Amino acid sequence: MVTKKEIKQSFFIALWFIVLTFPIMVIKINTIKHTVLFRWGNILWVGIAGFGASLVWNYFLRMKEEKKKTGVKDDIPVVHRLLQNEKFRNPFLAAVGVFFLAYPFIFPMYHTSIMITALVYVMLGLGLNIVVGLAGLLDLGYVAFYAVGAYAYALLNLHYGLSFWVVLPISAMLGAICGTMLGYPVLKLKGDYLAIVTLGFGEIIRIILENWDSFSNGPRGIPNIPAPSFFGYQFEQHASVVYIYFIVIALVLLTIFFVNRLENSRIGRAWIALRDDEIACQAMGIDKVKTKLTAFALGATWAALGGVVFAAKTSYINPMSFTIWESITILCVVVIGGMGSAIGVIAGALVLILVPEYLRAMAEYRMLVFGALQVIVMVFKPEGLIKSVRKTYKFEKVKE
Amino acid sequence: MEPILNVKNLTMNFGGLKALDNVNIAVEKGQIAALIGPNGAGKTTFFNCITGIYEPSEGHVEITPPGKPTQRLNGLKTNIVAEKGLARTFQNIRLFEGMTVLENVMIGRHCRLKSGIISAMLRPSAQKDEEQKAVSDSYRILEKIGLDKYVNEMAVNLPYGAQRRLEIARALATDPFLLLLDEPAAGMNPQETKELDELIIWLRDNEDLSILLIEHDMKLVMSLSDNIHVVDYGRKIAEGTPREVKSNSDVIKAYLGDDSEDA
Ligand SMILES: Nc1ncnc2c1ncn2[C@@H]1O[C@H](COP(=O)(O)OP(=O)(O)OP(=O)(O)O)[C@@H](O)[C@H]1O
Ligand SMILES: [Mg+2]
Repeated sequence: MVTKKEIKQSFFIALWFIVLTFPIMVIKINTIKHTVLFRWGNILWVGIAGFGASLVWNYFLRMKEEKKKTGVKDDIPVVHRLLQNEKFRNPFLAAVGVFFLAYPFIFPMYHTSIMITALVYVMLGLGLNIVVGLAGLLDLGYVAFYAVGAYAYALLNLHYGLSFWVVLPISAMLGAICGTMLGYPVLKLKGDYLAIVTLGFGEIIRIILENWDSFSNGPRGIPNIPAPSFFGYQFEQHASVVYIYFIVIALVLLTIFFVNRLENSRIGRAWIALRDDEIACQAMGIDKVKTKLTAFALGATWAALGGVVFAAKTSYINPMSFTIWESITILCVVVIGGMGSAIGVIAGALVLILVPEYLRAMAEYRMLVFGALQVIVMVFKPEGLIKSVRKTYKFEKVKE
Repeated sequence: MEPILNVKNLTMNFGGLKALDNVNIAVEKGQIAALIGPNGAGKTTFFNCITGIYEPSEGHVEITPPGKPTQRLNGLKTNIVAEKGLARTFQNIRLFEGMTVLENVMIGRHCRLKSGIISAMLRPSAQKDEEQKAVSDSYRILEKIGLDKYVNEMAVNLPYGAQRRLEIARALATDPFLLLLDEPAAGMNPQETKELDELIIWLRDNEDLSILLIEHDMKLVMSLSDNIHVVDYGRKIAEGTPREVKSNSDVIKAYLGDDSEDA
């Protein structure tokens, strides 16, 4: 039931929106003819949309409250329930596997290329998930490590002719080193302070790349980065994209495999403990410094690997690819997908990267939509689209 | 024999406030000792000072773990103190909310395990064995404490009394020789308190532990403790058996002078 109060509230919200959007929705300035056009009709539409949205919003809020009251605390996400069910699990995974294997052969190159981008974000998301989701360290400079990987490949190839496959492990190590280097000075910082400092770090790296001409070629960037070779054999363009696609698939699988193992290990538990309560965590004998640094280092490792793939795929990089917006996009993937939840992050990356690519009209408003999504997710599903579920252990009573 | 915990002239200043003023407390092996005092007396601060959460302004904290030489704890990091065998619980429960009950206990095992990043990723058999052992050791502890029925529940979903017990289980998992309990009975009903009483005695007798507890529930303190230390305004005002402390005039004054504690 919609109450009178809600209608009244929605009415005022609609009014508020009319005022708020007046400058952009109603006034239109034509700078060439120097005229101002008032589109009064838009008021009506904004009003109706605001009113409707407010009612819907209230409705969902109420639903959520009621659900809380009935006390279903542990609603395990559907995906997890499917994956836990032996009968569904294998067919489900097989279907997903077949889909991704067949993908580049069914769809044209353009789609494969977009999918590569999305899969790189899966890697980045899973990496950042270690830092933000598991260890609880809000890192807004994550893109710096992505840049480290991309530039490592571009420069090492340019100067020393090192190939993709040689640079891959090198960049992983470079990423880990840079992660530790960032981690060390920010050990004592938490929350907002940490976010600001890491944001600064990300920008510093970008500005260095932009201005240190002799090192990075400045804003002109580095062209002609070769695609990966197959035992010395260089594919022609189309085959090369397919080849990179499968490399990314392999890397994503490796990432999922390793991140999952890390999460359910001594070190992964230490990250979560650190996130939940720093003092209790130390009182239980966990070394805070070591734990934080490993989180930064491992998170950065995957970003660097993603960077190498990115450079190889686009064959041209410049500092513009590594702005703060990139960090924010990756963070959105993690937060909207589900912090600490690998499946959530994968879903988040695929949705947030693929949808704007296909809905070109939306691409322009990408950040606006991400922002709105963030708010909606935070209000209605604070754990993200697919929340994380901890491993359950089975026991038999010990018989004495 | 050396006391297993020997705190000498411990002073802790917060700006102008002397939260602890020249406090001497010794705990003997196999003892259940209690630290009591009115609200704000400095009891929790005392725990924080010996576990390295605060760095004491003055004084010495020494431990003599069973079979080991005497060593100083001052200036050591909190996690090292835990490694040395002092485990604690918190007055305001500090469980890891994003984890299951079992994982909370496994965190306690952390400092007794070895495997690092590489072995976590590659999972050689040594790592698997260690992990399996950590799981079964932790489960064993839960059984002892009587929380095994909750093993895969999220820690936050436990009833209050069970959360307090889980804090003890988690502390036990670090293999301590001295257990520091900060108001373990706070918020418990009489039945839960009675069970806690039995648990603490059981721990001392069967786990070879010494225990130092902070507690406001005088009935519990008097029935449990071998030795009681009383602090007021950061100063130690009395020490002795329950009987001695009960009849000590300073203690009576301290408690009656504080309107939150009498009744
Ligand atoms: N970090 C701190 N900074 C400043 N003052 C503090 C700090 N921690 C404790 N204090 C002060 O030290 C005094 C002792 O506090 P403490 O928490 O040790 O008391 P307590 O004996 O544990 O009391 P309660 O029975 O209420 O738990 C109080 O006056 C408190 O305000
Ligand atoms: Mg206290």
